[in-house]
Amino acid sequence: MGQTLFQKILDRHTVVARDDGLRLMYVDRHYFHEGSFHAFNILRARGLSLRRPDRTFGFGDHYAPTDSRSVADIADPEVRGIVQTFEANSTAYGATAFRLADPQQGIVHVAAPEMGLTRPGMTIVCGDSHTSTHGALGALAFGIGASEVAHVLATQCIWQSAPRQMRIWFDGSLAPGTSAKDLAIALIAQIGTGGALGHALEFAGPAIAALPMEGRLTLCNMAIEAGARSGIIAPDAITAAFLGTAETWPGLHSDPDAAWDREVAMQADTIGPMATWGTSPEEAVALGAHVPRAAEAPDAARAATWAKSLDYMGLVGGESLADVRVDQVFLGSCTNGRLSDLRAAAEVLRGRRISVPMRVSPGSSATKRAAEAEGLDRIFAEAGADWRDSGCSMCVGTNGETVAPGMRCASTSNRNFVGRQGRGARTHLVSPASAAAAAVTGRLVAAGVL
Amino acid sequence: MDPFRAHTGLIAPFPADNVDTDQIIPARFLRKPRDADYPRWLFHDLRFAPDGTAVHDFVLHRPPYDRASILVAGKNFGVGSSREAAVYALLAGGIRCVVASGFGDIFFQNALKNGLVPVRLPEETVLALRAAPPGATATVELEAMVLTGPDGTAHAFAIPGFARDCLLRGVDEIGLTLTSEAEIAAYEARA
Ligand code: SF4
Repeated sequence: MGQTLFQKILDRHTVVARDDGLRLMYVDRHYFHEGSFHAFNILRARGLSLRRPDRTFGFGDHYAPTDSRSVADIADPEVRGIVQTFEANSTAYGATAFRLADPQQGIVHVAAPEMGLTRPGMTIVCGDSHTSTHGALGALAFGIGASEVAHVLATQCIWQSAPRQMRIWFDGSLAPGTSAKDLAIALIAQIGTGGALGHALEFAGPAIAALPMEGRLTLCNMAIEAGARSGIIAPDAITAAFLGTAETWPGLHSDPDAAWDREVAMQADTIGPMATWGTSPEEAVALGAHVPRAAEAPDAARAATWAKSLDYMGLVGGESLADVRVDQVFLGSCTNGRLSDLRAAAEVLRGRRISVPMRVSPGSSATKRAAEAEGLDRIFAEAGADWRDSGCSMCVGTNGETVAPGMRCASTSNRNFVGRQGRGARTHLVSPASAAAAAVTGRLVAAGVL
Repeated sequence: MDPFRAHTGLIAPFPADNVDTDQIIPARFLRKPRDADYPRWLFHDLRFAPDGTAVHDFVLHRPPYDRASILVAGKNFGVGSSREAAVYALLAGGIRCVVASGFGDIFFQNALKNGLVPVRLPEETVLALRAAPPGATATVELEAMVLTGPDGTAHAFAIPGFARDCLLRGVDEIGLTLTSEAEIAAYEARA
């Protein structure tokens, strides 16, 4: 019987196979960030060394200020301490690190693919759940916890049992005005945030074959929001073009007779711009639709959850999304901080003025420079948006850039959890174009209606 | 890590599905060291009002649940961010075992690595345990992989063998993996 792409890569990286199915998997690339300090503490406490500094890369992103590139400028002493610890650990253990002032600094899941560190067929781990992003290049990539980070630092390996295999087939083609973010939200709205728990996802089908690399990165990024630890797309000519290589990867795809534990088919043409209305990425509807009422929930348990979500979001249910007023907009994150995302938003903003504050944080410093080279920064500035440096910023607020309590933010990030953007903050997840439309109108509308 | 063999403790019901790790420990506390203040970050924004006063009707503030060590939740506990701090916070808050009908994959691994036992049981069983009267206890036996409820009924659960061995012996995986040094070096030589 055939194998899936995931199984092939896992096989190639198996160092030890136990009778119970557990494998010791070799890690080609290990990325870390400021939040990995617990793992370095474990390493230090155990007196262990970093096995492969040449395979270990650090990215200063979660605590990076977006208004300065100087560590000394960070006002909060705790935040400054975390950044200093990250830089000190990188030096002490000899790992390459893209520090705050480095021209290659950026969010790990934007910068690493962009600089060609992530490549097809590799195994990649990082102490961050959105490591699934790197699967867009045909790598087996997943997020791990701090103990596992310590394990990889010390051994360059990780224990892994083969997860169940699930394929998402996107038929048809993407409708104009629909982005990869909308596909991701629509998928999660359909299968739920637990829909892919315990599974590795592979995305395939005509709509995926035609999807540009940056869209693939967005889609794989959101695999974790469907509960999957990884998402993967077989490498092809689009992958090669993105990496600027003539390489091909003949065996790196799932065999036609590979066995899938679960398959889901979606029709891409029927998906339009989406927005979340609640506090879970699955609580989402198409822009233009109305916010559901709790009473419309499919079962009693869901009705109770929806009622709680609506209450937190300051909504009653039944209102049209187009009537929901937003207080601010965030464009950025590892989901939608890439050049094509900035272009899509700038396209909407060109010649328009925003009516609510909008913060733009490019996903990497290189992306920022590329955007400036084509004048996107001027479009944002002329529209009235705040053009910043690169970092995780308002996606998670660990650097102190949060949304104030009760404020409603249209955001291109990936999590609308309670308190994710700050205590009491209300997040609506949308695509870059829809975020720009929200900034212009102050409401949740699709760019097409402008 | 201390070995985990068996644990008997008070049950606290936590009737929520899809509890994400941002709820278990909000992002702004991730920078905190694991010191004596750590218990405070557990479910912080559910347990404390914005002015810092305790939310008295939060389950872990109400006797007898304030002494609970077995948290009985719902579906998909620990989804979202990979932050192992969620496990650190639960342990700091005295929780040794979480019962749910499903777990976020990364949370499940993180829990096992720190001696917090994630017990996956069918939804009906979880709901029945959640309805146990205040003060009810349960016993978790790791070797047998059985949770005995307050009514004496034994419920079987599963923990992968390797992680279970590590927990029972109180050793972490790094030490065991380093015994495969020859295989790792051989892989590196041919890769
Ligand atoms: S941008 Fe947000 S989701 Fe992505 S790595 Fe940073 S904090 Fe995590």
